[in-house]
Amino acid sequence: MNLDAKIPSGPMAQKWDKHQFDLKLVNPANKRKYEVIVVGSGLAGASAAATLAELGYNVKCFCFQDSPRRAHSIAAQGGINAAKNYQNDGDSVHRLFYDTVKGGDYRSREANVHRLAQVSVNIIDQCAAQGVPFAREYGGLLANRSFGGAQVSRTFYARGQTGQQLLLGAYSSLCRQIGLGKVQMFPRTEMLDVVLVDGHAKGIIVRDMVSGEISRHSAHAVVLATGGYGNAFFLSTNAMGCNVTAAFRAYKHGAAFANPCYTQIHPTCIPVSGEHQSKLTLMSESLRNDGRVWVPKSRAVAEQIRQGELKAGDVAEADRDYYLERKYPSFGNLVPRDVASRNAKEACDDGRGVVGSGLGVYLDFEDAIGRLGESAVRERYGNLFDMYEKITGSNAYKNPMTIFPAVHYTMGGLWVDYNLMSNVPGLYVVGEANFSDHGANRLGASALMQGLADGYFVLPYTIGQYLAEVGPDGRPSEEGSEFASAEEKVRAQINKLLSIKGKRTPTSFHRELGQIMWDKCGMARNKAGLEAAIKKIPELRAEFWENLNVPGENGSLNQSLEQAGRVADFLEFGELMCRDALQREESCGGHFREEHQTPEGEAKRDDENFSFVGAWEYKGENQTPELHKENLVYEEVKMTQRSYK
Amino acid sequence: MGFITGIFKTSLGRKYLMAITGAGLFGFVVMHMLGNLLVFAGPSAINEYAAKLQALGPLLWVARIGLLGMVGLHIWSAIKLTSENREARTVEYEAAVEPVDAHRRDDIVAKFAARTMIFSGLIIAAFAFYHLAHYTWKVPQINGAGADFESFYVTADFTTPLEGGEEGKDHADVFKMIITGFKVPAVSVFYVVAVGLLCVHLSHGLSAMFQSLGFKNKNIGLWMDRFAVGAAVLIFLGYISIPVSVLVGFIK
Amino acid sequence: MDKLMNLKLKVWRQDNAEDLGRFEEYEAHDISPDMSFLEMLDVVNEGLIESGKEPIAFDSDCREGICGTCSMVINGTAHGGQKGTTACQLHMRHFSDGMTITIEPWRATAFPVHRDLVVDRTAFDRIQQKGGFISVRTGSVPDANAIPVPKDDSDLAMDAAQCIGCGACVAACKNASAMLFVAAKISHLSLVPQGQPERERRALAMVKQMDDEGFGNCTVTGSCEAVCPKEISLDFIARMNREYGRALIKKGTI
Repeated sequence: MNLDAKIPSGPMAQKWDKHQFDLKLVNPANKRKYEVIVVGSGLAGASAAATLAELGYNVKCFCFQDSPRRAHSIAAQGGINAAKNYQNDGDSVHRLFYDTVKGGDYRSREANVHRLAQVSVNIIDQCAAQGVPFAREYGGLLANRSFGGAQVSRTFYARGQTGQQLLLGAYSSLCRQIGLGKVQMFPRTEMLDVVLVDGHAKGIIVRDMVSGEISRHSAHAVVLATGGYGNAFFLSTNAMGCNVTAAFRAYKHGAAFANPCYTQIHPTCIPVSGEHQSKLTLMSESLRNDGRVWVPKSRAVAEQIRQGELKAGDVAEADRDYYLERKYPSFGNLVPRDVASRNAKEACDDGRGVVGSGLGVYLDFEDAIGRLGESAVRERYGNLFDMYEKITGSNAYKNPMTIFPAVHYTMGGLWVDYNLMSNVPGLYVVGEANFSDHGANRLGASALMQGLADGYFVLPYTIGQYLAEVGPDGRPSEEGSEFASAEEKVRAQINKLLSIKGKRTPTSFHRELGQIMWDKCGMARNKAGLEAAIKKIPELRAEFWENLNVPGENGSLNQSLEQAGRVADFLEFGELMCRDALQREESCGGHFREEHQTPEGEAKRDDENFSFVGAWEYKGENQTPELHKENLVYEEVKMTQRSYK
Repeated sequence: MGFITGIFKTSLGRKYLMAITGAGLFGFVVMHMLGNLLVFAGPSAINEYAAKLQALGPLLWVARIGLLGMVGLHIWSAIKLTSENREARTVEYEAAVEPVDAHRRDDIVAKFAARTMIFSGLIIAAFAFYHLAHYTWKVPQINGAGADFESFYVTADFTTPLEGGEEGKDHADVFKMIITGFKVPAVSVFYVVAVGLLCVHLSHGLSAMFQSLGFKNKNIGLWMDRFAVGAAVLIFLGYISIPVSVLVGFIK
Repeated sequence: MDKLMNLKLKVWRQDNAEDLGRFEEYEAHDISPDMSFLEMLDVVNEGLIESGKEPIAFDSDCREGICGTCSMVINGTAHGGQKGTTACQLHMRHFSDGMTITIEPWRATAFPVHRDLVVDRTAFDRIQQKGGFISVRTGSVPDANAIPVPKDDSDLAMDAAQCIGCGACVAACKNASAMLFVAAKISHLSLVPQGQPERERRALAMVKQMDDEGFGNCTVTGSCEAVCPKEISLDFIARMNREYGRALIKKGTI
């Protein structure tokens, strides 16, 4: 397998400019002869589809939601980073680049990250011009806030709904192109396979989720903007529909899947309340600015709290363990996400959790309310406290919140080169679906930045190179044998799912898989656990194909069928995640191997042996996939051990 | 899209039409009430006022045609909008509105006045027709008093009844018509009910008018609502004071 | 542990757009007050699948109140009637043991039913496609701070821009009017300086499309505002009326 990242030569700061000049162009008059498929309509997909259409290409955009405006980018709360240095606090493209590489625990590709930092400034300009109502100061200029992992204030935001506003901005550009007839939009349409012709990605097979109709679409190139795979854990902060299907089917056609074990666990989510839980809700990280995290010092007290015999307020100050402040005196409650998450798990594993399930710690605002007054706290976090009360029924002004980490974002994804093209020619991957920019850990407010950077400013340039090479005639007929056999395969799988008629629902399999993933491949992983999971998942998969029950038929809206198809892919993909976690004998960012920690329990990287991208190649059903390595070379940034003591 | 088609052919255009004609009719309702209240100043005041209106001649017809045009447009847009609304929602909900926050029910269910604009409007239109027949065309069969208002005239002093007066030449005895007309309890009750409906209609219509014309915002919106209710109540009191005063014998 | 509840559900079932549809009754057993309303439906659906029946189709995605996918009328009230709350954020602690809950889809001619509680809201997308945007090409824009926006305008624009496009306003309106949705978009873009060049065009085009989709008219009942999960104010409809009048005068004169 050829993993040539095609990183341009020259000094880091000039690579992208040079590369843009070197890229081949498509003649403006020829652009309308090209057809590009974009799957997904989140920040990356919508911005890519809109920009490609503006350039003159004909675009077909697909999403499984009922409107492109509902993609899960919409749920991002905090903000978007950009190296604007509007605050005059010493920010620069280089600093954002540096922070992102460091935050990613030195497992990202430098050149990609530098380009990301470079175009970050254009994103803010673009979004402001679209009318995105960013927070502003009284002078009318843009306001910024600071975010984890940075010492400058570079995060732009729109209240707690930045993702929503940015997505609606991209959606509005997309709408304009739909109105102009340059983009053909297919909502409620799920991609079920990618079609390769002569080794190039030339089309997709989709299912209309209302009528069940299966159809073929051919194009000169295919762009996947299909998001992350956090729902492999069943419970995550992802939306119900988020899935790995598109990326995984591409993987099965030979696209390498890179670093699947890199998952980000967000520390401040509302704990699971019972068996019925369908998803987890994230509470903005900003709460840790004023909230103090604690559990009782003694297990007995924690047990009494769990039984409802004691309340948080009954625990004397001396009996509380503010473990983050104790262990990390200089960062305290503001340690990075992975550290905060792991420590919560540790406290709960120690039997000191404070919710019924034992999996929850306190986030206490008593001090902040005492110091600032309830009204000041309400002003800062009122909407979050309201949301917390809606979900839990508990008033966080009176009782401390309970929080627990939850799966939030996946840094891994399909392998792409500098041009965002996977190792399958003509198959581009943008946004969370690719692996390139965040390494082993993503900094807050960087996901939105990456999605929009890829969609607005990178892909529209780089895809031109490929399109120019294949020429306007490079689009095969949908009647070709490759399309026919791909469609046949899709139909066969649907029929199979419908014909098993066993006893268990798709959800029950998904939940069981999620439990395995969370236990064995969650916040902390070890060899024995991962090996057990690699043994268990195929067993579950076998049961799935024998005992699944999908009611109804294909010819109508059938949500169980949709879900079953996604779970089928997660059941294979989960195993791949575990394999990747098993091969990576080090701890880095979101990947923590219990065998590899410092005596103080901190993550211990192994730069000598693991400074590479682990890209997996599919080898066939029930075959062990093959690991390929892209070595990471650091020209600009010096690798150091992170410390937050 | 032309300005005129923009007004007549779009939802918002017809709402402007509704609001502007509504505002005109509101103006008429106020002026008419102020004129009628002259009845409390005695026969000469109201009869003289009526005579002056009559003396306007062609101008009076301009005003009448204008008024009729406004009524026509108001009713036309109301019927058009209502039929569109019916088409937009052909299936009603099975369940009654019972929000989990029970106290919010009144915010969610449309207010009685808002819900019934088309009905109150149509009844008011019917009433207006009766009212015209009653006092303008002076159809004797419908006044219930067994009198012919056509024979009520006064001399040039506006107070002394005149036997055998002539329409267009002598002054009508409006005062006597009012007293005679409202002495009939059934007629008075009908007037009070109709004026009540008019005011229900206005209490919503006035505030909706400000909304449709785009005058409302969060600073003055509340005051516009209060104005609507206040004006409606004042108009109600102003109008019903006449039949009530006649019935209880306060004016004779 | 709070007490578990048993509930009766009366749910609209409809196989497809052509089907006439009917209500069916289900029992929901052992419902925890900590469940969200949609999780309660998940439990019922699991039971239905296990007993060989087809589950109730309903739309949901983010389940944190921001994507605007979930859409159902619960006891006659869009999203169930908790202030500023979508159905996915509504929790079962607001219901009591033994209750009968009626669940219906959004009802509007412009929102035909796909199946059960799932409706087609692409009319909203089509309105947006007619003018709900600022025409800027990627890259050809000035520096973000080159055009200052007064904070008050920006904040007000944000109040409108928060709309999640769920369609509850249409569902709650006795006339199935989409004016709150359209007003939110027109207001947002007319309040920022970047939106000025297309201001009139946008208002005229979006209102026309709204009419063509078959939504009803605003009779200022305020139901839309009351059920809006983002509490978008009726004042924005007044603003839209203003914008439209302005556009008619400036651009629409024959």
